[in-house]
Amino acid sequence: MIKLELQNIWLAYSGKVVVKDVTFQVMPGEMVGLIGPNGCGKSTIIKAISRVISPYSGRIFVDGKDVSKMPWGDLARLLGVVPQMPLLPSAFTAFEVVLMGRNPHLGLLQYEGARDLAITWQAMERTATQSLAERRVGELSGGEIQRIVIARVLAQEPKSILLDEPTANLDISHQVVILDLIKNLCLENNLAVVIALHDLNLASQYCDRLVLINNGQVHDQGTPREVINSRNIKEVYGAEGCVYAHPVNGLPAVLLKSGSNKHVEVKDTTEGDIV
Amino acid sequence: MSWQQAKLSHASQAGPAAIYPHWHRRAYTILGLLIASVGVVALATTIGSVQIPFFTTCRVLFSQLPLVDIAPTWPSTTETIILEIRLPRIILAGLVGAALAIAGATYQGLFRNPLADPYLIGVAQGASLGAVIGFLLPFDWPGMWFGVIPLLAFTGALFSVAIVYNLARVGKTLPVTTLILAGVALGALWGSIVSYLIITSGEKMHGIIFWLMGSFSLSQWSEAKVVLPYVVVGVAIILLHGRSLNVMQLDEEQAQQLGINVERLKLILLAAATLITAAAVCFVGTIGFVGIIIPHAVRLIWGPDYRFLLPLSALSGAIFLILADLVARTALAPTEIPIGVITAICGAPFFLYLLRRKKRAVFF
Repeated sequence: MIKLELQNIWLAYSGKVVVKDVTFQVMPGEMVGLIGPNGCGKSTIIKAISRVISPYSGRIFVDGKDVSKMPWGDLARLLGVVPQMPLLPSAFTAFEVVLMGRNPHLGLLQYEGARDLAITWQAMERTATQSLAERRVGELSGGEIQRIVIARVLAQEPKSILLDEPTANLDISHQVVILDLIKNLCLENNLAVVIALHDLNLASQYCDRLVLINNGQVHDQGTPREVINSRNIKEVYGAEGCVYAHPVNGLPAVLLKSGSNKHVEVKDTTEGDIV
Repeated sequence: MSWQQAKLSHASQAGPAAIYPHWHRRAYTILGLLIASVGVVALATTIGSVQIPFFTTCRVLFSQLPLVDIAPTWPSTTETIILEIRLPRIILAGLVGAALAIAGATYQGLFRNPLADPYLIGVAQGASLGAVIGFLLPFDWPGMWFGVIPLLAFTGALFSVAIVYNLARVGKTLPVTTLILAGVALGALWGSIVSYLIITSGEKMHGIIFWLMGSFSLSQWSEAKVVLPYVVVGVAIILLHGRSLNVMQLDEEQAQQLGINVERLKLILLAAATLITAAAVCFVGTIGFVGIIIPHAVRLIWGPDYRFLLPLSALSGAIFLILADLVARTALAPTEIPIGVITAICGAPFFLYLLRRKKRAVFF
């Protein structure tokens, strides 16, 4: 059963086409990584799935339903989103922010009941944020905020989760903490997860499948072993990558050779010619 | 183990009930403030140029309630002073205070900006321009005050909020600087147009100037009765959306992803807040600072949750403006101080304090 499906999506920002004919599917319990150079359209695709922007062509299905025809509340019960740099209102406590995840489940005049509080509390337990519950979010660090937002998404009880570079501003130990957490949630709750990542090594370690995007188009998709290879890296990033097997789990890992970017080389030689 | 750590570990053992207040606990605060506002009404009715004993006032007020039968032991002039002179003025002050405070809280929540206030963002000036145009219309019929002038004020206010919002927006945020600049500039523009209209208004000039100064001195029951439905409808619409305003504090994208129809919510709340601002301005002219001091004071005391911030702001705004009007009419009696002077004396220093404190912005 397909949880999340993009069918030939075309997206444009102010008249400029940024995503061309993207198609992929995500199954429950599967973690799909969107990788590609900066500005290739990863975040735009995430925004399109969560209906922040609408494609001008193509359709997006969440749980078999067309996203563009769904009321916001219905979509929020199926799909949770962790933005790249979530802005949180600093005066609210961490618990109050996580509790906002219950919003799509509550009616206009309903106050959170014991069940909502219990779900929120459990979401905070799973993200190890219970000790932060009474702190104001303005006082929290980047890693703590990222965990709070993931807890909020869990409190939403969605079937699918989108994450836009959740580790972009974190040091390596926090990157591992967050991605381990997401991977476990994905497996335990049978969630369909789409995660935009710029770190190829992390993407290879954690994702079941990868969609490599270049200039808004799907360059290649498949398992990390199929997608992460030196030919793809050269074609998409223009860099000479050295791909080897991870010493522990054998998954592909990438090391870069210094001074190997062809764009830099080209620019240098032309300058040399002029001189 | 420090005090704070002890408190935290206590909370994590006790679970969410220890952290998150049950709505009962917060409802008591609202009830308490409601009782306080009734007390303030009684107090303000007692004090004035003719001193009436507090208990006489209470008995006169109680005798007006249905199903209460108190034999009048007071002279009829006392009853006239209380019911026909003081009470309409106090009720109108309370309604206007509640309207301006809840409108301020709503603008602040929608714009995610602590300095949004009906006067600072030019909405009130837009309303007064609309109302002045209404005064100057060359015809006069009895329904004027009930429909046409409020409608023109509402149109002017809505027009202003649309202009300011679109001028001040930078991408997805509404920075303090651009909001204040756009609001002050537009407010000044409307103000100068109003001045021009006044100068050229001929025999109506005196009445308009008097109205613009902002005063409750000519309040009558008929005015309170016109303001009441606007304020009740606007406040009710706003109160329904408390939790949505909480979620809006994240940002528009996250609010959408949590199931809020952001564009519709903005439209509904801007219309409601603007409607009550316009209704208030229509009848008492321009009274600044209520919309900014009250929501912040409430936030400082009772926290940022809009489901409670909104009703508590409305009640505190009513109490504040009734007391401010009491000072305005008694401090230099028989001379009346314009009520705007009193609110500005309280409000301007508080506003400056907020501007300073904005740097840390921990409480918004």
